Amino acid sequence: MKNKEPLILAVVVAFTLITYYLVEPFAHSQMHKHFESEGFAYKDLPALTQKGDAARGKELVTGAAACTGCHAISKEGFAAAMDPATAAASYGVNPPDLSNAGAVYSENFLADLIVNPAHALKVEHKFDINKGQMHPMVPFYGAGGDINQEVADIIAYLKSIAVKGEALTPEIAYETACGRCHANHYAGWTQIGEKPHFKRKQDELTFEMNLANYQDALTKYMGKLPPDLSIYIRSRGEHYIKTFVENPQNYLPGTAMPRVGVNPEAAEKVIEYLEDSGDAKRHERESVGYKVMVFMLIFAVFAFLWKKEVWRDLH
Amino acid sequence: MAHFTKATSVHDWLNQRLGIDTVRRVMATEYWIPKNINFLWAMGMVLAITFGLLLVSGIFLLMYYQPNVATAFDSVNYTIMKEVEFGWLWRHIHGVAASVVFLIIYIHMFTGIYYGSYKKGREMIWISGMLLFVAFSAEAFSGYMLPWGQMSYWAGMVITNLFAGGSLHADGLVEWIRGDYVPAQAFLNRFFMLHVLLIPLAILGLIGLHFGALRIPHVNNQDGEEIDFDAESKKYLAGDKAGSKVIRFANDFMSKDMMVVGIYLVFFFYLVFFHYDFAMDPVNFDPADGLKTPAHIYPEWYFLWSYEILRPFSTDVGLMAFGFAQVIFMLLPFLDRSPNALPASRRGLFKFWFWAMLIDMIVLTAMGKVPPIEPFGTIGFYAALTFISLWILLPIITMFEKKV
Repeated sequence: MKNKEPLILAVVVAFTLITYYLVEPFAHSQMHKHFESEGFAYKDLPALTQKGDAARGKELVTGAAACTGCHAISKEGFAAAMDPATAAASYGVNPPDLSNAGAVYSENFLADLIVNPAHALKVEHKFDINKGQMHPMVPFYGAGGDINQEVADIIAYLKSIAVKGEALTPEIAYETACGRCHANHYAGWTQIGEKPHFKRKQDELTFEMNLANYQDALTKYMGKLPPDLSIYIRSRGEHYIKTFVENPQNYLPGTAMPRVGVNPEAAEKVIEYLEDSGDAKRHERESVGYKVMVFMLIFAVFAFLWKKEVWRDLH
Repeated sequence: MAHFTKATSVHDWLNQRLGIDTVRRVMATEYWIPKNINFLWAMGMVLAITFGLLLVSGIFLLMYYQPNVATAFDSVNYTIMKEVEFGWLWRHIHGVAASVVFLIIYIHMFTGIYYGSYKKGREMIWISGMLLFVAFSAEAFSGYMLPWGQMSYWAGMVITNLFAGGSLHADGLVEWIRGDYVPAQAFLNRFFMLHVLLIPLAILGLIGLHFGALRIPHVNNQDGEEIDFDAESKKYLAGDKAGSKVIRFANDFMSKDMMVVGIYLVFFFYLVFFHYDFAMDPVNFDPADGLKTPAHIYPEWYFLWSYEILRPFSTDVGLMAFGFAQVIFMLLPFLDRSPNALPASRRGLFKFWFWAMLIDMIVLTAMGKVPPIEPFGTIGFYAALTFISLWILLPIITMFEKKV
């Protein structure tokens, strides 16, 4: 009698793999639009050509450009003019603290953002100047000199005060780029910051009240409350998140979510933050996984030897 | 009362009271299995092991899971996945095993169909097996409700809606099943009960029946040969192990089972640690939201073929076709009119019927997942018609099958 087992195994494996291919890769390719990442290059925006002067930039940021009128730069001692809830009531969303903007956002994105916010953010469908819909961020119209040079100076200043290299933590990246709209309750983050431990119930209720007011203003500004991103790494996956953040209009034409403009390094940090909140045990899963695989391989070898031994007399 | 003597050993003490030697003989050493079998005959053991993994991992998950619409999602995705030591491991084992168990069930089923293992005295093995399939399906569905994600909620909505019976508008029945107008707390609580108590009890009982049903007709073999188990076992016990057509369940058959189980577990744990997404749909990692229908609602892969029999037709016709698909496999031993209990390869037209059915079910499975746009809608429609036609043809082609 010929041994048919290899053929039977091949048939079983082939049908299993065909079914898997059809219900997973193939079906998903039919269900979802696919976009390739452009590596957070923002190729539609011109590159920065002039070399900036940080000292001149500081004068602009705190002077002629009037950035600190709305933005905090806590690192440099410029406090926010309003608390987050009041700021959101005025602007729709709390204007970002610029302390680490230079480390989180791409240069060419910042350059465009400063002079034409709605364009850089890809929300011109929502803020059409011809219809009198002004973006809450007032564009920088120049301080009398070469505006391109002035923008380069501002960016040079923002980069000079921002954290460098590995000092850019996942928390800084997330809080700067995402955290004013997106809570992440698995990481303990709310849109107005981490919720502290309160000793008095009254203080806790005040915090909750501020948060609820902030969320109300945000909901009004965005059309709906932006989702909590706690386990977006599992529900959307890294590829979707990256390509969505690069240009939200790809997947959701007309969405109120702005292009965020993060640079490649900050994008990696944001992903790391989302992995820490939504897939915290991934390293343990890998290391335990290899050990279990080795154990099972040894088990399979011994099981095979046992079978050989028992069946020696049966043939 | 039986006469007991002073025990000479622990073994003897137990043997006098429990008859462990007899149990061992009946259940293992003199439970005779045909020698002419291949690795597909080990799928029963693979299923038993997988069920064991589901049971053990389920017990661990039960210690932290909270069946409450406000906390269920976070008890799974935060408490179990982040806070509890190795909670993620038990959850991934549970989720992957729930999916893989159906792959093995389908292999086990199609093995039975191919080798004619539902015929000539083996009808109850088939019927109890199909009852197990129904129970496992209910178990899988009820378990899918528990994380209370988007797919839990919307699958719960869609599947319970089926009980309205289309034009019958039995909306009262749907409300009774849900305990509410929409899936909510009462719904989650009762599916929790079903998942952790009632259906597992039914499964354990049915596994007993399934094993018991094997006892008298014995396990089939690769050539559908009728074996005289008494004569062959005597030959074995007399020392002619190589000449006998039968082997002991333990350790002879068991050693082969364990070899297959060993290889299977390598594959299984690879999926658990490195490739679990197929079994844990990303959409279900969004919390349930009754005001936001997901863009695509589809069941887990193992229900897709029957979902696609429902979907291409109008509501009432679809429900009838769906009902047909649910019960028809149960009737296989009676629809197959052939006198031959042989592998499909030696059964004339049935050979083609078998492969056509297998391929049609894979086509249905694939079409059940993709959106019903063209050409998928048309392919699904004809695949569903093919499924029904094949079952109508089965009694006819088998009636004319020549006795081999």
